[in-house]
Amino acid sequence: MRTFEYVRATDTQEVVRMLAEDPSASCLAGGTTQLDLMKDGVLEPPTLIDITRLPLHGIERRGESLHVGALATMEELAADSTVAERLPVVREALLLGASVQLRNMATIGGNLLQRTRCRYFRDPAVLECNKRAPGTGCAAVQGAARMHAVLGVNENCIALHASDLAVALVALDAVVHIQGLSGRRTVPLTEFYVTADESPERENVLEHAELITEVEIPLPPPSARSGYLKVRDRVSYEFALTSAAVVLVVEDGTIRQARVGLGGVGSKPWRAYEAEHVLTGAPATSATFQDASEATMRDAWTVPGTAFKVPLARRTLVRELQTVSGVTA
Amino acid sequence: MRDVASERDVDRPGTTERVVTLDVNGRSYTLRLDTRVTLLDALRDRLGLTGTKKGCDQGACGACTVHLDGRRVLACLTLAAQAEGRAITTIEGVAGTEGPHPVQRAFMDHDGFQCGFCTPGQIMSAVALMAEGRAGSDEEIREFMSGNLCRCGAYPNIVAAVREAASGGGYDAHL
Repeated sequence: MRTFEYVRATDTQEVVRMLAEDPSASCLAGGTTQLDLMKDGVLEPPTLIDITRLPLHGIERRGESLHVGALATMEELAADSTVAERLPVVREALLLGASVQLRNMATIGGNLLQRTRCRYFRDPAVLECNKRAPGTGCAAVQGAARMHAVLGVNENCIALHASDLAVALVALDAVVHIQGLSGRRTVPLTEFYVTADESPERENVLEHAELITEVEIPLPPPSARSGYLKVRDRVSYEFALTSAAVVLVVEDGTIRQARVGLGGVGSKPWRAYEAEHVLTGAPATSATFQDASEATMRDAWTVPGTAFKVPLARRTLVRELQTVSGVTA
Repeated sequence: MRDVASERDVDRPGTTERVVTLDVNGRSYTLRLDTRVTLLDALRDRLGLTGTKKGCDQGACGACTVHLDGRRVLACLTLAAQAEGRAITTIEGVAGTEGPHPVQRAFMDHDGFQCGFCTPGQIMSAVALMAEGRAGSDEEIREFMSGNLCRCGAYPNIVAAVREAASGGGYDAHL
């Protein structure tokens, strides 16, 4: 690891100012991505700003929204009573991610900003990586691609965004609150990420001198049911091969509202609008779920190692639509 | 202790060293540390508390599990400086004055290890798991212990040990 200056921040605006003055400074929250990548030599910030003592830890319900401080941990959010009652999809996505130790460390803001698990990105000895060194190529395309993306990718980069939580949050239309030098702004999570086929090196719209302060989650209607299914190589403590976040409102056998997120497949947490169009207004039957799944993944760009994800993601979605709706016929 | 900073040590802003005071198992230690030093390395190499193990050193194996303010975390991905002002508990701090912690005793009774390298992390995780109320079934124990890997494959005995410790039974005879 390269040497760095450690600065402990106590004021959010002070952090933004420090970032503005130092284009190479990085923030440290839970450290589960940042320190890992610093040990691997992928990230080498000369200044590390420890933001864990900023007053951004609270989780508060205001009306029909849950306001989650950027520094709340994954375990804290999973334990929240509103999450348990109204946001099962969030609770399940959280508890199916990482381990308890990591969830006690990792923050919600950090989870959204986590870097890809692509082994070629994480190994500085690999020279071809458009994400790490723009213009050098992509080793994964010709390499051992299994934990890689098939949506929002092309031959320049197939890096996956591995967050489970973010898949649930894009389905819920969560909003990211951001503080910058000139004030605050909000960005819908569905517009927060940049796909790898647009730009491998830029993963989101957050500027260097900006900090996520809060994630706002609008609560689905009380009649909504939701859930998260994660398919993986091990029963526990493993990243998704494919996953599906589903939020449904079903009345008298008809789907009134549908929100679908897909994980394990995209260079960003993927919102499956085309599946929602098929589902909304249709009868809640397995035939409808099958049609909805067929509508997804049509723009998939695969390499031999990732081709299995297209049918697997569709089956994952069908299974979770059945589970959430209670309709298996 | 050889590495404990003298009273003249003061923090030097703008450098890559820092004076850090750590509260470990109820004792306070003041150290001058390179900012890169993780809590794991500070515990092992500077304080001589080698019970906490360095397995993967990248947050994957759980061997370095310690408690920070009562919550289980990975010492390998925590900077020592980040742990300042927090109550740190290591495997050396879980036993009481009357002998081993019930979880330690249960691991011995059930042979919850072979080589023993992952054991301190397993025990720190199990102690926290019980406090979290997540030892309700074998399935729950397996799920919420999944961040601790055992390359020897002692999992069945580890689950049995945690189950017995959580049930609170079978210890009085040994005390």
